[in-house]
Amino acid sequence: MTFGEKIYLPAIAKGLKITVGHIFKKKATVSYPEVTRPFSPVFRGLHVLNRDEEGREKCTACGLCALACPAEAITMEAAERKRGEEHLYREEKYAARYEINMLRCIFCGYCEEACPKDAIYLSETVMPSNYTRDYFVYKKQDMLITDEQMKKRAETGKG
Amino acid sequence: MLLLSIDWIFIIEKVVLILVIILSSFGVAAYATWGERKVAAIMQDRIGPARAGIFGLLQPLADGGKLFFKEEIVPDRSTRTLFIMGPALFMVTALMTSAVIPWGPDFSMTIGGTERSISLQVADINIGILYVFGVVSLGVYGIMLGGWSSNNKFSLLSAIRAASQSISYELAMGLSLIAVLMVTQTLSLREIVGQQHGFWSDGYFTWNFFKQPLAFLIFLVCSFAELNRAPFDMPECESELNMGYHQEYSSMKLGLYLFAEYINMFISSAVLSTVFFGGYNFPWMDQVQAAVPGGLFSVICVTVLMIKVVGFILFFMFIRWTLPRFRYDQLLNLGWKGLIPLALINLVVTGAVILFFFNK
Repeated sequence: MTFGEKIYLPAIAKGLKITVGHIFKKKATVSYPEVTRPFSPVFRGLHVLNRDEEGREKCTACGLCALACPAEAITMEAAERKRGEEHLYREEKYAARYEINMLRCIFCGYCEEACPKDAIYLSETVMPSNYTRDYFVYKKQDMLITDEQMKKRAETGKG
Repeated sequence: MLLLSIDWIFIIEKVVLILVIILSSFGVAAYATWGERKVAAIMQDRIGPARAGIFGLLQPLADGGKLFFKEEIVPDRSTRTLFIMGPALFMVTALMTSAVIPWGPDFSMTIGGTERSISLQVADINIGILYVFGVVSLGVYGIMLGGWSSNNKFSLLSAIRAASQSISYELAMGLSLIAVLMVTQTLSLREIVGQQHGFWSDGYFTWNFFKQPLAFLIFLVCSFAELNRAPFDMPECESELNMGYHQEYSSMKLGLYLFAEYINMFISSAVLSTVFFGGYNFPWMDQVQAAVPGGLFSVICVTVLMIKVVGFILFFMFIRWTLPRFRYDQLLNLGWKGLIPLALINLVVTGAVILFFFNK
């Protein structure tokens, strides 16, 4: 070591210059939950079962999503539309039961790709945590798009 | 009527002063923990504690509350008495040093019809700086007792390290200070501060820092070692000794250790500013003294000292978050082969200069 290195002081000054310089740098912290980081445009969150403009469910219970699902998280039971239910379901067949086990789901989005009716899509909502396992089997009612969500989707194209 | 011959007001005055100093030591130490976390965060591009109160200002309270509610564990095979004494001793020695530091100039106040001159120093003993050294070197007993009585190999190793480190660095510290004392010709901290009046007189700076820069440097490095702070935090060295001497401690006993460390830092910053940076003196203080009333002048002086102290505390923190820890052999090499010879040379040169140029 040279004399300059041996007395440490120049090195300490150099180190201090770096650390003190960081005082004026932009902080990387995001104060979650007050501030949230914007999601990537291709983010895949919780599933939403879509409805059309008249509020009718789009799903026809064809089972392609369940077939595409690599984690086998989707279960469904089909039923036939009765007379008088035309305002509820768009086509003659609909999903009477539609469940996704969110603990199995890997959020790959294959169900969205497989769906011929645009009936399911992955939203920007992160799955909430819970203490019980039962909570994570989402029923149809848990996923069906609400009027609010529909409005937001119509306005922003997201949601 | 023996009772009446005691100067009760004097005693009350000192008790109030001691209380104020100890409480403000606690306050400063508490907010030093907050400050340390903030400094660390800011240097690492984070924002640090921000949840408890505005800017996380209630964080020290939250930490203290948490520590009080923790389970108090005394290890089965520990030496119980010493185990409990360790943190207490560490804390007591940390608090005792503040007794000789002059926090501000005297000011006069009328109490009970008589004009009294109130000193902002608990005890003006004529060997003030020796007292500081004595008490500071007692501080290592807190670490040694804690480390040894924990009956844990890591703690014991840490205690041994602390002891040898503090012996090595106290030597260099003392030697560097002797050079300063040769200049000041006194051991009383009050007189040392008095000599550094103002900032500039007789064509030279009055502060000891400008008269003894090398001694200041050595003293500063040694105080890092004495405080067991990074880059010399050998005794608690997370990566080698887990937590060192306070590994077996929990609850407020641990809190006392951590807290006393910050009080030590506060006091040693005060000693550094008193001995080398003119204590409560500041440039143009004579003009200020003439312009403002006595009480306000004292407040200004105390504030100036506090600003210096906070500056040193911040410097301690900056260094901690800048430098990596020294290896143990490097630490002792630096102490014995670097700082002690350097302090001796400084001593000889100072003596020669005084002998040849200032010998009247």
